[in-house]
Amino acid sequence: MSNANIKKESPFSKFIHSQMVIPVVALLILIVVNLIADPSFFAITLKENNLGNPVLSGYLITILDFGSELAILAIGMALVTAASGGQDISVGATIAIAGSVILRILCGPDGQSLTPQAPIIVAFLAAVVVSMLFGAFNGTLVAYFNIPPMVATLILFTAGRSIAAWINENRLPNIVDPTYAIFGSYIPGIPIPTPFFIAAACVIIALLLLKFTALGTYVQAVGINEKSSRLNGINPKLIKFITFVILGVCVSVCGLIKTSRLGTINYSVIAKDIEMDAILAVALGGNSLGGGKFNLMSAILGAYVIQFLTTTLYKFNVASTALPAYKAIVVIILVVISSPVVREKLAALGRKKSVAKEAA
Amino acid sequence: MKRKLLATLCVSAMVLGLVGCGGAPASSGNDATGGDTSAAGDAAPAGDAASGLITVGVINNDPNESGYRTANVNDMKEMFCEANGYDAQFAYSLKNDEQIKAAQKMIQDGVQYLLLSAADTSGWDGVLKDAQDAGTRVILFDRTIDADESLYEASVVSDMAKEGETAVAWLADQKLDSYKIIHIQGAMGSAAQIGRSGALDAKVEAEDNWELVDQQTATWSAENAQQIVQAAIDAGKDFNVIYAENDDMAKGATAALDAANISHGVGGDVIIMGFDCNKYALQNLVDGKWNYDGQCNPFQASTIDGIIKKLEAGETLDSKVVIMEEQGFSADTITAEDVEKYGI
Repeated sequence: MSNANIKKESPFSKFIHSQMVIPVVALLILIVVNLIADPSFFAITLKENNLGNPVLSGYLITILDFGSELAILAIGMALVTAASGGQDISVGATIAIAGSVILRILCGPDGQSLTPQAPIIVAFLAAVVVSMLFGAFNGTLVAYFNIPPMVATLILFTAGRSIAAWINENRLPNIVDPTYAIFGSYIPGIPIPTPFFIAAACVIIALLLLKFTALGTYVQAVGINEKSSRLNGINPKLIKFITFVILGVCVSVCGLIKTSRLGTINYSVIAKDIEMDAILAVALGGNSLGGGKFNLMSAILGAYVIQFLTTTLYKFNVASTALPAYKAIVVIILVVISSPVVREKLAALGRKKSVAKEAA
Repeated sequence: MKRKLLATLCVSAMVLGLVGCGGAPASSGNDATGGDTSAAGDAAPAGDAASGLITVGVINNDPNESGYRTANVNDMKEMFCEANGYDAQFAYSLKNDEQIKAAQKMIQDGVQYLLLSAADTSGWDGVLKDAQDAGTRVILFDRTIDADESLYEASVVSDMAKEGETAVAWLADQKLDSYKIIHIQGAMGSAAQIGRSGALDAKVEAEDNWELVDQQTATWSAENAQQIVQAAIDAGKDFNVIYAENDDMAKGATAALDAANISHGVGGDVIIMGFDCNKYALQNLVDGKWNYDGQCNPFQASTIDGIIKKLEAGETLDSKVVIMEEQGFSADTITAEDVEKYGI
């Protein structure tokens, strides 16, 4: 759609044609379903947790809490998708690696210590570096060896959890530390879950990065047409590589939150199937999975919508093993809606309507 | 041209990489014995190997699966080594078909004993018949399978149903006025889940004041368990027992309770029950944060060793099925020594 066209339209039709419409409509559907089924879904109460801190509780807070890891991942995944036209399916496994690195450093050389043996910031920074390296590994395969992203990241998808277990020599480390627990629970005195603040910080940093550097434009240019972007002086390989490294940083933040929630790690189940949710968040945000134009905010909103769906399903006592099936239905609907055939039909329908309006 | 060459190189590197990934679990165990067992391509008949060592092939699940599995794998590795008169190969996989492939290879290598902890209960008849034909004796450990008893010599297993019964009997002894239970199940269909769920389901069915507030599978995952309990708390459900089918899930459940300021453990509002006897779980019992933990004994190697020695001496076994001795720990009676002795 050309710019001239958009200017003529009303704010409403502008919204209808923007990317945000898909996650917002999905969110509205979920809200309406919950309102009809049980309005108490939206109740929020102020309680005290076992440390004596005031905390808000209720389904909506749970969504903000548990959706945050996904929102952080969605940032990186949206960039990778836009630049490379493919997805990183190794994020779950690399979260296991990042979490393992953090606990390895916190628990000390024998891995038995219950209290931190090193400053948390050191452990976290080490995890950031390691995750960036693994991101760089994926990025190198994709950017410099031209391997399709799904195939390239299949390597770490398969091997990542074993690497995570190897880092901790197969032990199950356990850490009991109120400071470390803050990242997955509450900051004393503040009733909103910490993961939400961490996610907000990540989003702000990402938006600033896109606003004050040309990264966003470069990523889109590479995703839309690699050759012409190269002719315009952009290095497409470097851009792709950078997006994977950025995703690595997002992964390490998720690793921190996930391990902090429980103070332990289970290599085979931590962040299991999260890659599916992260990709779904990007798709739900109306971003093309084939790369090109992207909208970060709508991907992030998509992440919270998915957690909304998950929490709703838990509320209705749907077996947790059946959750992927429901998410699959959402994927099917999204993929069909965003397919060129349906898009053209919808666009034709829209034109007819506006023509009819003008005639009237 | 250059590009094509590069592409070909990449593809071949990829394929090799994948083969490496897929093949690793099946062969990585050789490092324990120096790796020369796999070179025995001459398929020595199932008699004594030249070295006088008893050759065994151990097929187990992925050591990363859980603390239980790690303890089990280490126990097997420590027992079946050259110092104890064994020449062992190990293979690890969570997938039945990979396990079957590894088993076929070991049978071809002519191992005398095949020790098997199957990922799935079905699909083993063919390979066990092959083993019988090749003179390889099969001993099941940890998990039983759906196959005719004549196909294996012995099975050393945990009685999961009994674990469940012990736990439920303990819970009944607490003499609560009413039992409002959140039941967090393991991966549906696994032997541990079926056994541990069975006893509780039967009791809830039989008693009027026992009620399942919530029954959900968290597939052994602490994260899922946390979300399930969180959902129950958000819904304002009233409950006083959490029956989690392993320690990780119990830990996830208590994380949700802690955030909502619901007291648990000894003297708390909610009774916490777990299984597997991880060290941290037993420590939680000592600290009074949890109430009960059921043992699932992973130390089967010495029992298997005894069986092999008997069979080698030509004796017959008293019974094919050997049940591991297991107990439950209560927060009231546990000691610091128990944590060291039974914690895994």
